[in-house]
Amino acid sequence: MLSNFQDQFASLTVGGLSLGFIYVLIALGYTMVYGVLRMINFANSEIFMYGTFATILVIRDVFGFTQQSEPATGFRLAWILFLCLLASMLMSGILSVLLEFVAYRRLRNRGSNKLAPLISAIGMSIVLAEFMRILTDSRYVGSPRVMEKKVLATFLGADLRLDNVIIVVAGFLLFIALSQFVKRTRLGKGIRAVSMNEDASRLMGVNMNLVISGTFLIGGFMTGAAGFFYVLKYENTSFNIGFELGIAAFTAAILGGIGNIKGAFYGGLALGLIETYASFFLGTQWKAVTVFVILVGVLYVRPNGIFGEAITKSRA
Amino acid sequence: MMINLRDFGAGIWERSGRPVRILIALSAIGVAASLPLLGGTFLKTPIADYGSVLVFPVAIFVIMALGLNIVIGKSGLLDLGYVAFFAIGAYTMGILGTQTGLNTWEILPIGIAMAMFAGLILGVPALRLRGDYLAIITLGFGEIVRITALNLRSIGGANGIVGVPTPPKIFGLEYTFDNHRLYFWTFLIIILLTIWMVRRLSARRAGRAWESIRQDEDAAELMGVPTFRYKIWAFVLGASVGGAAGVLYASKTLFISPDNFTLQVSILILACVVFGGMGNIWGVILGAVILGYLPDRIRFLSDARLLVFGAVLVIMMNLRPDGLLPRKKREKPLPEKNNS
Repeated sequence: MLSNFQDQFASLTVGGLSLGFIYVLIALGYTMVYGVLRMINFANSEIFMYGTFATILVIRDVFGFTQQSEPATGFRLAWILFLCLLASMLMSGILSVLLEFVAYRRLRNRGSNKLAPLISAIGMSIVLAEFMRILTDSRYVGSPRVMEKKVLATFLGADLRLDNVIIVVAGFLLFIALSQFVKRTRLGKGIRAVSMNEDASRLMGVNMNLVISGTFLIGGFMTGAAGFFYVLKYENTSFNIGFELGIAAFTAAILGGIGNIKGAFYGGLALGLIETYASFFLGTQWKAVTVFVILVGVLYVRPNGIFGEAITKSRA
Repeated sequence: MMINLRDFGAGIWERSGRPVRILIALSAIGVAASLPLLGGTFLKTPIADYGSVLVFPVAIFVIMALGLNIVIGKSGLLDLGYVAFFAIGAYTMGILGTQTGLNTWEILPIGIAMAMFAGLILGVPALRLRGDYLAIITLGFGEIVRITALNLRSIGGANGIVGVPTPPKIFGLEYTFDNHRLYFWTFLIIILLTIWMVRRLSARRAGRAWESIRQDEDAAELMGVPTFRYKIWAFVLGASVGGAAGVLYASKTLFISPDNFTLQVSILILACVVFGGMGNIWGVILGAVILGYLPDRIRFLSDARLLVFGAVLVIMMNLRPDGLLPRKKREKPLPEKNNS
């Protein structure tokens, strides 16, 4: 078993990293909202699910791919993938802003009951998932193959497949873009200020509604990108995929320290890798249990996650 | 202006003498007990059998919501894995009921003890952490219990346990599968016992300790309340009620499988508690009755019923964030202080 694991190690690592980047991006959606509102955005998993559908919609209905059509290549492929990514991000971003408007805005300033927004977010998550279930007739929706999953190179015995490479590279770039955005722009400064101290930033004239909507928009962008990568990797989706991935991504966010952008990055990657290695040894059916056992273990030793919750310090 | 029904009701109760109180209580019990007889009225559920809807989900939800209310409403601990205790109770009933000769009433205390034990094991490490982490750890625990049940062949795996025995005859009344009324009345007694337990505890030292923990844990600790011990107590008591609900559920449906114990159940029970009014047992009961009953009542919407259900949750929380029957004004927490 162990020598087998050594043989497989490199290719498991590649698969784990690409899964990890999907987790990173969803975890960013959770962590951004948590940093600003101190609230678990329960509907983020549904935002992700709509992102996957946006990608399939573009592939199937805008470019007219079917199960039989030839995969695209070269520039055309790059153009298609770019549009898919854009569509997913826009879909999820806009949906996320709408979600904030419907489920959170009215409740936000009352403050007396922390659980009310949680329940209304759960309600929105049910509405979104059920709406999609009715639209798709409770079926899995497969994505036509847009690209051939060529092996670009082998590295230490691992096949570097095109889709995994795209996910890792694009995921990393998105993460860098996000952290630069939070670091350098005016809105990013607002987000950091609000997560540092809400009252003080209000007094300093930060437009709370704008900052919160912006946070939901950017978090939604990231989550939507994850939806695109998911379709690229697994080539199907359904109305209920959000749940499992959402839980895993949320675990990732906690693992790294929720509210902390860097934490979501490392937590997501760690979770992707651990999950992949663990399912090699124990079989896929136990992977969720391993993830949670590790989470409990980490929290017991480091109650604020690996990188702590110093949201602002590590962001600044 | 929001009419505060809760304070209005509590006012009547507090002004009345003992005979009036007994009268109110008895008539409330009478109304509840006559519910199974009202199947022919507007309460009728279109597709599912009205009697069985009253037993599950309604009565079971009420029991579970009362248990979860001890954890969330009374002491302010967010538990998202409450279904784990329900599952542990149900599986205790399933395993012992099919493999030993014990009957439901003998297994009930064992199931409760198992759930309490699980609550203790989970609570001791988890309750040292801050609130939001408690939420995710309990959530994980709920999933671990379900996945373990799913993967262990010896307890049926994905097929679950079939042929769980019904409770034995009492007073010549037989618990057959479709004798929903008898089940309902039995569960009503359990509900009344739970209400009684929660009310007695709330009025005493434990209740005051929970109240102080919920309002401000640091202050409670400084005033000499052993907060950790009382948090464990709340957690374990909540677990015991969940375990009891599980035993009863298994003994009613006669068939359990891991699919009955998903995270959705935890979330639904949490929704019952918040929807009805956290911390107020009457609100919680009302919430559980409505959320248990509503999806079956609106079944004529067939496919869209869960969608409507979700929308109702959103709208209700926006209109009444403290729930239908909120807790008394004086029990509301002080405005949150700024920790940073």
